[in-house]
Amino acid sequence: MSKTVLKIENLGITFGGLKAVQHLNLEVKEKQLYGLVGPNGAGKTTVFNMLTGVYKPTEGQFFLDGENLTGKSQELINHKGIARTFQNIRLFNNMSVINNVLVGLHNQPEFKCGFFTSVFRFPRHFKAEKAMRERAKEILRIVGLEEERNNLSCNLPYGKQRKLEIARALATNPKLLLLDEPAAGMNPQETADLMSIVRHIRDEYNMTILLIEHDMKFVSGLCDEVTVLNFGTVLAQGETKTALNDPEVVKAYIGG
Amino acid sequence: MKKNFKIKHYINYIVVAALGILFTVMALTDSFASPLALIQLEKIVIAVLLAVSLSVVVGFLGELSLGHAGFMCVGAYLGGKVSVLLEPVLGNSFPTLLISMAVGGVVAAAFGVIIGLPALRLRGDYLAIVTLAFGEIVRSIFMNSSRETFGGSLGLATPRFDKKYLFMVGFVMVLICLAVIQNMMKSKHGRAITSIRDSEIAARATGINVTKYKLIVFTVSSFFAGIAGVLYSFSNNNVQSTNFSYNYSIEILVMVVLGGMGSINGSIIAATLITFLDIKLQTILTGNLAVLQDFIYAIVLILIVIYNNAPGLKNFREKYNLQSLINKIAKGMQNPAKRRDDEAKWHRVPTKIEIDEVLSTKIQRDPTTSIKPDKGGND
Repeated sequence: MSKTVLKIENLGITFGGLKAVQHLNLEVKEKQLYGLVGPNGAGKTTVFNMLTGVYKPTEGQFFLDGENLTGKSQELINHKGIARTFQNIRLFNNMSVINNVLVGLHNQPEFKCGFFTSVFRFPRHFKAEKAMRERAKEILRIVGLEEERNNLSCNLPYGKQRKLEIARALATNPKLLLLDEPAAGMNPQETADLMSIVRHIRDEYNMTILLIEHDMKFVSGLCDEVTVLNFGTVLAQGETKTALNDPEVVKAYIGG
Repeated sequence: MKKNFKIKHYINYIVVAALGILFTVMALTDSFASPLALIQLEKIVIAVLLAVSLSVVVGFLGELSLGHAGFMCVGAYLGGKVSVLLEPVLGNSFPTLLISMAVGGVVAAAFGVIIGLPALRLRGDYLAIVTLAFGEIVRSIFMNSSRETFGGSLGLATPRFDKKYLFMVGFVMVLICLAVIQNMMKSKHGRAITSIRDSEIAARATGINVTKYKLIVFTVSSFFAGIAGVLYSFSNNNVQSTNFSYNYSIEILVMVVLGGMGSINGSIIAATLITFLDIKLQTILTGNLAVLQDFIYAIVLILIVIYNNAPGLKNFREKYNLQSLINKIAKGMQNPAKRRDDEAKWHRVPTKIEIDEVLSTKIQRDPTTSIKPDKGGND
């Protein structure tokens, strides 16, 4: 059995009296594509926000590669290897496509270049800058945005903006990639395209991916395992097909 | 092509340096019309320093700071005090100026860190209020200081420094400030700063140390504001705390906004023009007409803002802006054969007949497409 990358133990958060998420346990193995599904308001994005340090969990813990990252700052969690995309796209709108990816490369040790090195333009600055650009182009090639690297990111169509967010997250060289509704607002062609990109990223970079998605075709076509949330609690968990066909899950989605 | 590209990057250094050299030559050969011109030049140089340093906070970090005059005040008083203390030892020499500039800049930068710390938690309007309050607090502290320390309400008298050299130092400082800020912004650190402006949450999630970069921005910005303050104290020979009221902060902010957010060159041009306008109004409108100074100043500001932003003037702006002027000059410098070629190319594309054709075909096409589904329904 491959090793566990993300382990969530009894994670929960309350806002005032509202228990947004409670008793969440899940384990994501290396190179796994794991789905987190559930009706609107089930607490999926809240889980992502806890995993990336936006919210501090009120109970439970989570571990990345055995290291407890519960309640750490967003920056530190990113350094340790969790990167994410956002449900409502949050790109750096007034920056070019390649600059968005370059910001993602900011903390990579091979491009280390101190503040004064840059201000006084020491040779190291140019070296790092050149290497960063090469790497950024490579990452953009993966998601198919290399041609548009000099456009402003806000001028990209919606589907490409989503891809750029993935590219930016990828640039931070994560161990675990969190994708929050990556296929939202995409047409079937773009969705199929995205599925192959996600698979490619998993295979090429040995990436572990945890994703939230409403498109069941996308989830069942891509994920090995899923967790279904409803009202902050786990409804079903396990292999994609069995979990999605669970009568409780069908009831939660269709009503009854 | 490649050479052009490079000149574009350094054009602002070249222009500032050329002007600096020109004025230096004029000063050394005493060709200025009046001795006042040197003081006016200093005023402009100081305004440019302030506007460029504030543009980092407002234009690139995207935070509103209304306390820039406060940082300048710290620099002016501390630098002035150091020069007073140094005068018996070193006299009105160049080292005195350098040391007091260093001290003024560093102390102002330290205050930048202090004001940057709450900036980590506050955003937008709230930060603006904090910086505004900071500026006023600093000013009133210096105003209420004892006569022996900072001169109190009488102001701090600083030693006389040869005006001929002071503005040269100012030009050099502008060049250094430009280099530091431009190099900072055109590097990974600059990208981190603009990413915070565009989306702080995404920047954090991408692993950008927001705390560090906000502090860096406030420190760099207040450092150069402090240096501008020291230059100011030398230029006026007397530091008066009333000169650093929030009015002045807002005037600097106006320069940055008029120059265009996130444009260093724009800030330089706006600072120069506004200060020039201010000086001209003060010299032209004297006596009874003096009341009109503020009035005309305000009207010109309103007109500039309207010209810059009114949607109705969009076509006019695009036709007669600096960029197209530069393009025209560049075109004129090309060899004539190539120019004719380019012009022919340019004229061929958007002829009116072609545009009409495109428009008319579209109109024809629209009804057919809307009829089609109807037909299908009838079948």
